[in-house]
Amino acid sequence: MENEAGALSRVAGLFSARGYNIESLSVAPTEDPTLSRMTLVTIGSDEVVEQVTKQLNKLIEVVKIIDLNDGNHIERELMLVKIRAVGPDREEIKRLAEIFRGSIIDVTDKSYTIELTGTSSKLDAFLEAIERSAVLETVRTGASGIGRGEWVLKV
Amino acid sequence: MSVELTGAEITIRCLQEEGVQCIFGYPGGAVLFIYDELFKQDKVRHILVRHEQAAIHAADGYARSSNKVGVALVTSGPGVTNAVTGIATAYMDSIPMVVISGQVPTSAIGLDAFQEVDTVGITRPCVKHNFLVKDVTELALTIKKAFYIASTGRPGPVLVDIPKDVSQQKTKFEYPDKISMRSYNPVTKGHTRQIKKAAELILSAKRPMVYAGGGVILSDAAPQLTELTQMLNFPCTNTLMGLGGYPATDKQSLGMLGMHGTYEANMAMQYCDVLIAVGARFDDRVIGNPKHFFNENRKIIHIDIDPSSISKRVKVDVPIVGDVLDVLKELIKLLKAEKEKPDQTALKEWWKQIELWRERDCLKFDRSSKIIKPQMVIEKLFNVTKGDAFITSDVGQHQMWAAQFYKFDKPRRWINSGGLGTMGFGMPAAMGVQLANPKGKVACITGEASIQMCIQELSTCKQYKLPLKIINLNNRYMGMVRQWQEFFHGNRYAESYMNALPDFVKLAESYGHVGMKIEKPEDVEDALKEAFKLKDQLVFMDFITDQTENVFPMVPGGKGLSEMILV
Repeated sequence: MENEAGALSRVAGLFSARGYNIESLSVAPTEDPTLSRMTLVTIGSDEVVEQVTKQLNKLIEVVKIIDLNDGNHIERELMLVKIRAVGPDREEIKRLAEIFRGSIIDVTDKSYTIELTGTSSKLDAFLEAIERSAVLETVRTGASGIGRGEWVLKV
Repeated sequence: MSVELTGAEITIRCLQEEGVQCIFGYPGGAVLFIYDELFKQDKVRHILVRHEQAAIHAADGYARSSNKVGVALVTSGPGVTNAVTGIATAYMDSIPMVVISGQVPTSAIGLDAFQEVDTVGITRPCVKHNFLVKDVTELALTIKKAFYIASTGRPGPVLVDIPKDVSQQKTKFEYPDKISMRSYNPVTKGHTRQIKKAAELILSAKRPMVYAGGGVILSDAAPQLTELTQMLNFPCTNTLMGLGGYPATDKQSLGMLGMHGTYEANMAMQYCDVLIAVGARFDDRVIGNPKHFFNENRKIIHIDIDPSSISKRVKVDVPIVGDVLDVLKELIKLLKAEKEKPDQTALKEWWKQIELWRERDCLKFDRSSKIIKPQMVIEKLFNVTKGDAFITSDVGQHQMWAAQFYKFDKPRRWINSGGLGTMGFGMPAAMGVQLANPKGKVACITGEASIQMCIQELSTCKQYKLPLKIINLNNRYMGMVRQWQEFFHGNRYAESYMNALPDFVKLAESYGHVGMKIEKPEDVEDALKEAFKLKDQLVFMDFITDQTENVFPMVPGGKGLSEMILV
C-alpha cells in the first residue's frame, strides 16, 4: 500500500467496521520508500476472506493484495520474551532456547530475555514449553509472509 | 509567468477548472480565506444554506439530478460534524461528491484547538476517500484526485480537509489535465467471456426477470436497460434506487420490488429461473431473508462495477464486473447477433402467471374515503405534473408511497435517501435539484416529522427564490414507526406521535412563501394545480391525511419475498 499517513487506520478501520477479525498485522516501508508492505492474518470462511479481499482492494491506498494461502509461502514472526531464570532453571531455559534456535539477548541474575523467530505456532510451542509463571513479559511482531520460489509480488 | 497563488485561490481555481458552477456551503473561521476568494470571482456560484447537513444534501440532489459532481464547502469542527449525516447519505447511495472542509492551522492540529475535530478520522468510514492537505504544493493535485475518485468507478463522496494556513500559503498553480493513480484503476469493460455466458443463460431462460438498481441510473444506462428488456420481452423490476431506470408506465414494468414492493415484482423475483441483476446489490430491504430466497432455484447474472457487491449477500452464477453501460451495450450486441431466442412458449406462460399476480391489485386503497388518502395525493401529483417532475422525498411511509404511486419514466427524476434512510434529506436535496434544473418542476414529498429535521432551509429557498412544491403528507405520526408499532409492537405507539406541530401555513408564510392546508379529498387536485401555477414561488402544501393508513404490501423483517402482508 501507499506509505501514507492514515493508510494503516483505513485498513484497521475497515476490519472493525465490517466485523472482520485481525489476528495479527505487521507493516513497514519497503525498499521503495513510497510503498509499505503489510502482512495481515485473518480468520474466516472462504466467503468472508473473499469479501475481506474485495473490500481491502477498494481502499484507494491499497495497491495490491495477495492471499498467501493461494500458493506456497513462508511466514515468520519475531518474539522477544523475558523469562524468570534463577537457580537450576537458568540452565534449563538456556537449553530450551537453543532447541528452539532462539538467542539470549539480555541477561540479569534473575532473568533472560530471549529472541525467537519462526512461525507463529513455533513461538506458541516455545511459550507452552516454559512454565506459565516464569514468563514475565512477551512481545510479538505478528507474522510477516512471503511467497516461496522465484515469483515476486511486484507493483 | 509563474505567478504564485494562495491555497485559497488555488482551491477556487481548481473548482473552475473542473467546471463547477454551483457549490453549497456555510462559512466559518477555518475557511475564511477560501470564502474571500469566492467573493472575488463570479464563475462559481455559492449557495448559502442554513445548516451544513443541508449543504451536503443539496450538493447530493444537485449531483443525482444532473450527473455532475456535487460540491460542498464547510468549516472545521461543527461544520464537519454537521456535514457527516449528509456525507454518509451520499456514500450509501454512491453519489459523486467532493466536500471541502476547513481545518485548524497545521501548527494547531492535535492540540484540541478551537473548532478542531479529526475530520479525516470522523469521516473515514463514510467516504470513498479523504485527504488532509498538509502542504500547499499538493493542493491542486489532491483536488484533481478528489474529483477523479468521486466520479469514476463506483462513485462516492471524497473529502478534502484544508488547514487554514495551507489556504494562506502560496505556490505555483498547475492543474493537471489527466491523472493516473497506481493504486486506483477502476474497471469499465466487462469480461467478454462472462458476458457471453450471460447471453447464453438469457437465451435458456423460461421464467426470466430483470432486476435493476441504482447502478443503472448512476451509469446513465437507462436507454440500454430499456432496449435489452424490450428486445427480449422480459419483465423488469426496479429497486428504490433504480426507479426511472426502466419506464414505470410500460407494461413490462412490474414496479418496485422489496419490503414495500409490488406483489407481482416480489413473486416474480422469487419464482424466476434466470435473474439478471443490473447495478443492484441484493440488500436486506430488497430480497428479505436470503435463505428463503434460495428456497427456489434460479441462475443469477450479476452486473456491477463494484466487485465487493458481487456474492456479498447472495452467491451468483455469472458475475460480471464492469460499468453497467458498457456491459449492457456488449450484451445487446451479442444478443442481436444471436439467431436463437428464448423459449417463447415458456415466456408466454410466464407472462400469464405474472398477469395473475398483477390482478391481485396490491396497491389498491380506499378511493371513496372522506379523509385524504396519502396514496391519492401522489397519484394526483403524478397526473398534475404529467409524470414529468423531479421528485425528492424524505424517509418513511410517504417515501414508499411516492415510490409506489409516482410512475417514473425517466432516470434522475426520483431523488431519495435509499441506503441510509436520512430524514431531513428531501427539502435540501430539492434545492440542489432545482439549482441543477432551473426550469424543472421540483416537488418534495415529505411528512410532518421528516420536514422538521431540515425545516430551516425554507430560508435558503427564500434567498435564492427556489420555487419548490412541498407536499407534506401530514398524519401527525412518524408513520413508518407507527406502522411497525402497530404490526410488531402491540399497538404501543411509543414516542411516535408528533405533538405540538407548527401551523405549517403560517410557518411557510413567515418565510415569505405560500402556504396551503388541504383537508378534503376533493380539494387535492385543485390545490396541486394551483400550486404548480405559482411558478416562481415555493408552495408548502400541508395535506391532512389518514392517520391509520399503512404501506402495503409489506415483507416483514426476516421474512421471504413471497411472504408479504397484503391489503
